[in-house]
Amino acid sequence: MPEKAPEPIQKVSIIVSHGSLEGVYPGLIMANGARMEGIEATMFFTFFGLDAIINKRMDNLKVATVGNPGMHMPTMIGMLPGMSAFATKMMQKEMEKLDIPPVREFIEMVHDAGGKLYACKASVDMFHLTKEDFCPQVEDIISVGKFYEISAGAEIIFT
Amino acid sequence: MATRQIAGKTIELDADGHLTNRAEWDTSLAAALAKEEGIEQLSDRHWVVITYMQKQFQEKGDAPSIRKLTKESGVSTKELYELFPKGPAKKAAKIAGLPKPKGCI
Repeated sequence: MPEKAPEPIQKVSIIVSHGSLEGVYPGLIMANGARMEGIEATMFFTFFGLDAIINKRMDNLKVATVGNPGMHMPTMIGMLPGMSAFATKMMQKEMEKLDIPPVREFIEMVHDAGGKLYACKASVDMFHLTKEDFCPQVEDIISVGKFYEISAGAEIIFT
Repeated sequence: MATRQIAGKTIELDADGHLTNRAEWDTSLAAALAKEEGIEQLSDRHWVVITYMQKQFQEKGDAPSIRKLTKESGVSTKELYELFPKGPAKKAAKIAGLPKPKGCI
């Protein structure tokens, strides 16, 4: 029997659970990339990932220089004042070269491209946040159950 | 490499189904390719995107990112997705007779 070609991906749901710059970007790039391919994209921000959609925080996300072996930097050096800000600046410069937008602009781009953004209810309650704390691109605050419902037929990607 | 008949001519396509020889491209071919992608009629706004992409390709050797495209062509992200539903970068490149864009953004 001839092998059937695999079905193309139609829909993805991307969970963003980290609030560092390097924790937020992969999800944004994958969501935007999905939309560019005509794939439906949903983003679910949970725990510290919420920082990426909190109005007062989203412009100030930083690269983690401590506890991040990928930085190839001794923890004691990563601890020094200004180290995280410096690493963040360097990374932002490199990303700008590749035409990767800052977080707020990226969120707008994914939203305008038809991606849907949601905040996790459990995390929102835990951090005592309300809908007003989020950027206007956020569709709603939803429970995990609702997230699974919305993700029917989707590939779920955890970042 | 596949060849096929469209708009009264034989064209060569690459593995992604995009035109191989850009010299074969003309506006009637663009209209025929657009129809296949579900765009009945190419409007002035479609053409803004198509000509911008061709210009960028000529200069840089790759199609522009969506961000660059929206910033420099004056077509917003929302409009771009309305003009070329289900994958604007890929579709616009195909209609413009360009290879599939290499970038991720």
